[in-house]
Amino acid sequence: MVTDHLVELSRLQFAATAMYHFLFVPLTIGMVWMLVIMESAYVMTGKVIYKDMTKFWGKLFGINFALGVTTGITMEFQFGMNWAYYSHYVGDIFGAPLAIEGLMAFFLESTFIGLFFFGWDRLSRVQHLMVTIAMAVATNLSALWILVANGWMQDPVGAAFNVETMRMELVSFWDVVFNPTAQAKFVHTVSAGYTTGAMFVLSISAWYLLRRRDVEFAKRSFRIAAAFGFASICSVIVLGDESGYVVTESQQTKLAAMEAMWETEPAPASFNIVAIPNEAEMKNDFAIHIPWVMGLIGTRSLDTEIPGIREIVAHNRERVESGVEAVRLLHAIRAGDDDPAVRETFERVSDDLGFGLLTTRYAESMDKVTPEIMDRAARDTIPPVAPLFWTFRIMVALGFAMLVVFSLALYHSIRGDFAERNRLLKWSMWFLPVPWVASQMGWFVAEYGRQPWTIFGVLPTHMSVSTLSEASLYGSLAGFIGFYTVLLVVMVYLMIKYARLGPGSLGTGRYANEPAHA
Amino acid sequence: MIFDYPTIKLIWWLLVGVLLVGFAIMDGHDMGVGTLLPFAGNGDDERRAIINTVGPHWDGNQVWFITGGGAIFAAWPLVYATSFSGFYWAMLAVLWALFFRPVGFDYRSKIAHPIWRKTWDWGLFIGGAVPPLIFGVAFGNLLQGVPFHFDNNLVSHYTGSFWGLLNPFALLCGVVSTAMITLHGAVYLMHRTEDDIYRRARSAAMIFGALLVAGLTAAGIWVQFIPGYVITSVIDPAALPNPLAKEVVREAGAWMRNYQAMPLTLLVPALAYVGTLAAIWFAWRGRTLMAFVASSLGITGVIGTAGVSMFPFVMPSSTVPSASLTVWDSASSHLTLTIMFWATLIFMPIIVVYTSWAYKVMAGKVTTAWVRENNRSAY
Repeated sequence: MVTDHLVELSRLQFAATAMYHFLFVPLTIGMVWMLVIMESAYVMTGKVIYKDMTKFWGKLFGINFALGVTTGITMEFQFGMNWAYYSHYVGDIFGAPLAIEGLMAFFLESTFIGLFFFGWDRLSRVQHLMVTIAMAVATNLSALWILVANGWMQDPVGAAFNVETMRMELVSFWDVVFNPTAQAKFVHTVSAGYTTGAMFVLSISAWYLLRRRDVEFAKRSFRIAAAFGFASICSVIVLGDESGYVVTESQQTKLAAMEAMWETEPAPASFNIVAIPNEAEMKNDFAIHIPWVMGLIGTRSLDTEIPGIREIVAHNRERVESGVEAVRLLHAIRAGDDDPAVRETFERVSDDLGFGLLTTRYAESMDKVTPEIMDRAARDTIPPVAPLFWTFRIMVALGFAMLVVFSLALYHSIRGDFAERNRLLKWSMWFLPVPWVASQMGWFVAEYGRQPWTIFGVLPTHMSVSTLSEASLYGSLAGFIGFYTVLLVVMVYLMIKYARLGPGSLGTGRYANEPAHA
Repeated sequence: MIFDYPTIKLIWWLLVGVLLVGFAIMDGHDMGVGTLLPFAGNGDDERRAIINTVGPHWDGNQVWFITGGGAIFAAWPLVYATSFSGFYWAMLAVLWALFFRPVGFDYRSKIAHPIWRKTWDWGLFIGGAVPPLIFGVAFGNLLQGVPFHFDNNLVSHYTGSFWGLLNPFALLCGVVSTAMITLHGAVYLMHRTEDDIYRRARSAAMIFGALLVAGLTAAGIWVQFIPGYVITSVIDPAALPNPLAKEVVREAGAWMRNYQAMPLTLLVPALAYVGTLAAIWFAWRGRTLMAFVASSLGITGVIGTAGVSMFPFVMPSSTVPSASLTVWDSASSHLTLTIMFWATLIFMPIIVVYTSWAYKVMAGKVTTAWVRENNRSAY
């Protein structure tokens, strides 16, 4: 029996494990390129300090990578375990990028990470650099395929519903791969990863510099991180804007919710900097807005309207009504009605099938769907406004704050006086957690803003779950929380231990703090 | 699309088999090594030597598992959905056991405290021993049928419990699978170590080899008496997949039918025996590489036997047999199967090439002396 509570628990488990997984992913994506840069410098200049940098930052990279792998398996299992109907309904499309990710990217990344750590004495310099580069490329390809899968959940292009098999089926693979939503998400997400990797190296290097230890090592690391981080944060911001533009086209509900736009304003719409959204009355109790900005960002024009929440709900109310008809016809066809007229009518309304399915949360069968239920289903298409409005703004604010830090870090790197600027170093250090907070906020906006759907406009979340007992969910959730808490404690402990030890942990005899034991 | 729908469905049955066999051979040997770790290694240096035989490779090997899962998701969505949700607690046990591996390998030797290291040794044991055991038990249940059915919207409902999975025949299959993987790990360990570890690994190969032969024989006899499944309605392999459109009956000894109909398929169980016995023989003679190859062939035979016995069934339903999932009625669309076929055909050989290269780069015996020299960088 699928209860609302079972759905909530399944969502909570997926959200918690996905967000936890994404604590490790962005650092992997970003640091792997830093390693490529450092090792390239080693191969080109032959200076051993660059080799030590690659090895030391690689050690921290490895501690992080282990948990990325651990928590990644959970994600792949969980679709089948907790989202069985989803897996059946869209596996024909969604499974392919996941499998290709394994074949094309994850195999390469995981095989070569072993050689990265163990191959220093067995490979030539150039060979080892090639291994590192292959690992970096594979990591990014991996992100590409995962975001192709995720992008399709946001914007299900290239697929159609099949009545006989009762599922969505692939129509154009290239549409799925080159889905603009997926591509915009990919570049935005990997750039966020690059920023995370850069901030990690910048912060820890700043800490060494503040302590005046391993100064030469830290200065070189800081410079690379400043340059790489500046380029990355610029691209995060520019490509984030592109993401916003794509969302305007494909997911009006998400955009309207994250901007708290209840009414359709004459173009170009104004942008709410601050607002206190009131869900019950569907208005903002308070708002400060700048004219024109929303319209310009969202539509890149002066005369295109962006629909507000009220208008979208009214429009979706019509789609729900047509969708209820589609569900009714689908059941008739599956029960054996082979009248071509029924089939033809179904084809006409089948685009609204998902909207009809929204009513199954409130009514057991389509005969029991009342106009009130349709109203509720239409209202459900708007995700809760306040959480989206605020998480989006926190993400953007943190993005610009990081731009300031990286700009200053780069400016003083070029001037060459950063190592003496204690204020800059302190800010760089304190900014360590910021990219993580920003990317968690970003994912929250993306996925919470997709509600009430798992596949936008196609499959409602409440239908997607496995028919498990609530007790099973409580049990597994408790297990995940227990395991993940212990793992995080262990990982953070090791990370701090090795960051404190610094390059001395390599045992080369060239650095401060040579440890008594490994 | 060069292949018609029935052919590509059949190819995907073979490809899933290839991925499962690849998983068992590649991830299997490092799981076997993990299982043997607390027993084959005396003292920290020896244990580190054992861990470092698979240190550079376990991560890549584990991707066989991940890709196998992804391929089943893509090629047989209903099988993926029904089995993973039905076997919920069994899958959680596999998943949580696997948690011990990445952190066990990477974190264990980063802190020198003996309690820390011993704890992770047992973690690696769990990560090595539990997944093969549970996969064996799962196959034992697939062979008997699993209690699930579909409603008219194709929502799957599993009506069994976790404890129901632990029946005698399934546990026997668990023993077979664990013995198979541990034998495989043992011969790999022989190939990569020397002296005491080598000798202990050789003893383990003898013990688990004998256990595997005995277990295989017992399961082979037992399976004659358990009810298999037979499709009694007309099969249309070209039809759009719908698992509710057929008639199925349970019949004792039905899993022998494919061998009777096509005696050539008896070569598959024969391979299981010949491979295993040859692995034991070569291990005894100290020809470790040949033992590894033979053990790999034995694994191919064992997994192949399960597949051939059940064909065309993949996941039979014990409660509503007509809802059973087969190769013909639980597959993805023609287009998806075709695209995934090409993706596999292109990338699988590339994977084999660079994986082989990685093993070649790291080839040779891992000794305790090497561990001491590379104290800071080795696992």
